[in-house]
Amino acid sequence: MSDLTKLTIAEARDRLRAGQIGAEELTEACLEAVEGAAALNAFTAPTPERAREQAKAADARLRRGDAPDLCGVPLGIKDLFCVEGLPAQAASNILAGFRPPYESTVTRQLWEAGAVCLGKLNMDEFAMGSSNETSAYGPAVSPWRRRGEATPLTPGGSSGGSAAAVAASLCLGATGTDTGGSIRQPAAFTGIVGVKPTYGRCSRFGVVAFASSLDQAGPMAKTVRDAAIMLRAMSGHDPRDSTSAPIEVPDFEAALVGDMRGKRIGIPSEYRVDGMPEEIESLWVEGAEKLRAAGAEIVEITLPHTKYALPAYYVIAPAEASSNLARYDGVRYGRRARIGAREGITELYERTRAEGFGPEVRRRVMIGAYVLSAGFYDAYYTRAQKVRTLIKRDFEQVFTEQGIDAILTPATPSAAFGLGEMASSDPVQMYLNDVFTVTVNLAGLPGAVVPAGLDGKGLPLGLQVIGRPWDEAGMLDVAFALESACDFSAKPGKWW
Amino acid sequence: MSIDKETARRVAHLARIEVAEADLEPLATELSAILGFMEQLGEVDISGIEPMTSVTPMAAPMRADVVNDGGCPGKVLANAPDARSGFFTVPKVVE
Repeated sequence: MSDLTKLTIAEARDRLRAGQIGAEELTEACLEAVEGAAALNAFTAPTPERAREQAKAADARLRRGDAPDLCGVPLGIKDLFCVEGLPAQAASNILAGFRPPYESTVTRQLWEAGAVCLGKLNMDEFAMGSSNETSAYGPAVSPWRRRGEATPLTPGGSSGGSAAAVAASLCLGATGTDTGGSIRQPAAFTGIVGVKPTYGRCSRFGVVAFASSLDQAGPMAKTVRDAAIMLRAMSGHDPRDSTSAPIEVPDFEAALVGDMRGKRIGIPSEYRVDGMPEEIESLWVEGAEKLRAAGAEIVEITLPHTKYALPAYYVIAPAEASSNLARYDGVRYGRRARIGAREGITELYERTRAEGFGPEVRRRVMIGAYVLSAGFYDAYYTRAQKVRTLIKRDFEQVFTEQGIDAILTPATPSAAFGLGEMASSDPVQMYLNDVFTVTVNLAGLPGAVVPAGLDGKGLPLGLQVIGRPWDEAGMLDVAFALESACDFSAKPGKWW
Repeated sequence: MSIDKETARRVAHLARIEVAEADLEPLATELSAILGFMEQLGEVDISGIEPMTSVTPMAAPMRADVVNDGGCPGKVLANAPDARSGFFTVPKVVE
């Protein structure tokens, strides 16, 4: 494997424009890395032919001097995005064989910007999971290992294939989606940067829906600068998504200055949870100190309803999922179950869905059906939506009344765990992975995770910066200052 | 709220997911545990609070009521497990 795959997007852009490297050469290096990394199970459908064609076109564009930032940059695409003509299974057996005849807006914008598609990336089934273990393709494996151990670890989820691919330098960046932490938790587990934008910043058109009021696409990359470059290309108003906001997209990269003077950074006391490892607590304190040293004012804040975010999320997200996933019925696309001669349409639906959905998806669809059913709707769903109002209000109060610019929290309650280690726990234990990230989705805010250090076993740990609505630029600047101060440079040793 | 076997059967049917008779009891236990986790929401004082309907304060956008896409039945049917003569097919439905 050549070192070209280790370039950041910004470095590759500069070298491509200067003619020091070619897009075809860079793409070949990535394709070779992808081919050599089958053990990571990150790419579920590599697309070498398409990549070579796009790289050729990118080289022509570079020669013409008409090259946007991503021109010639090889990316991986989470399986949740529809890319015309490529398999899009959302890592589910129920969508086996599905090839969308249309393109998601986010990927269309990436290709228009000259990016090169290396293929589709592994994930948890329908983005429901925190470890990649619910994938119909089998789990992606983290390139990281605990020091001196060979235990396979999770890259996190649901965007685990994206995280593994970026961390292992198979691609320069990847798309992810985040409904409760699915970009940020895997980014933290694999020592990369993950950004979940404000709800409405990126179009959801062509992205397989999980929980529509929470889902957002975002970039996963090696550095904050790279994430800023990708986010700009992915963002923007789209008439085909009625929740996409008609708000101008700033040059996020230009906002990366790192001067924290005059910034007020909030530290929410409710994020000190029981049982949180000492290492994460001290990493958080050190992160705040670093921002203070860069000129920021550190302010203790309180977000009183934090504790209720996770139970509210696990009412709202399954409710929306049960509605969104009603379309998988074995009639219009995907896999259809066989039924007996004396059976009818109901058996067709019920068996197709029983065979096609994995256990976690079945569980969530049923929970969703229950909380939305007559007699229980108000007790669960309406109540959860009221709690959601309170969670959003907590943030509004600190942003407007206390003048907080951004909030610093841990990204995850632990480092990456081993594949299979959570197999015997009840589902709620797995849900606790999202404890620091779901609040952001419920309030529609932007959040970014930056690698901040290694734990005692040599695994990456991340910190999260939460921004004001539509202030991804300000949030990324704080993330950039944190990244510069933490100077995280560890990479997983190659074992695959 | 604890879910019994009959409620589990009803929920599975509402969700249109086939569950074998022997799996209903474990399913009820599992769903009860998850619902138990949600019971915490009962501690929150929600009096006078409006349920959230939109996370961003944005009116639904309007557009002209015109056909702006379509005319591609081939593409629409291309992924169907069974399509004949320009239609999706389903098992015979006789009430």
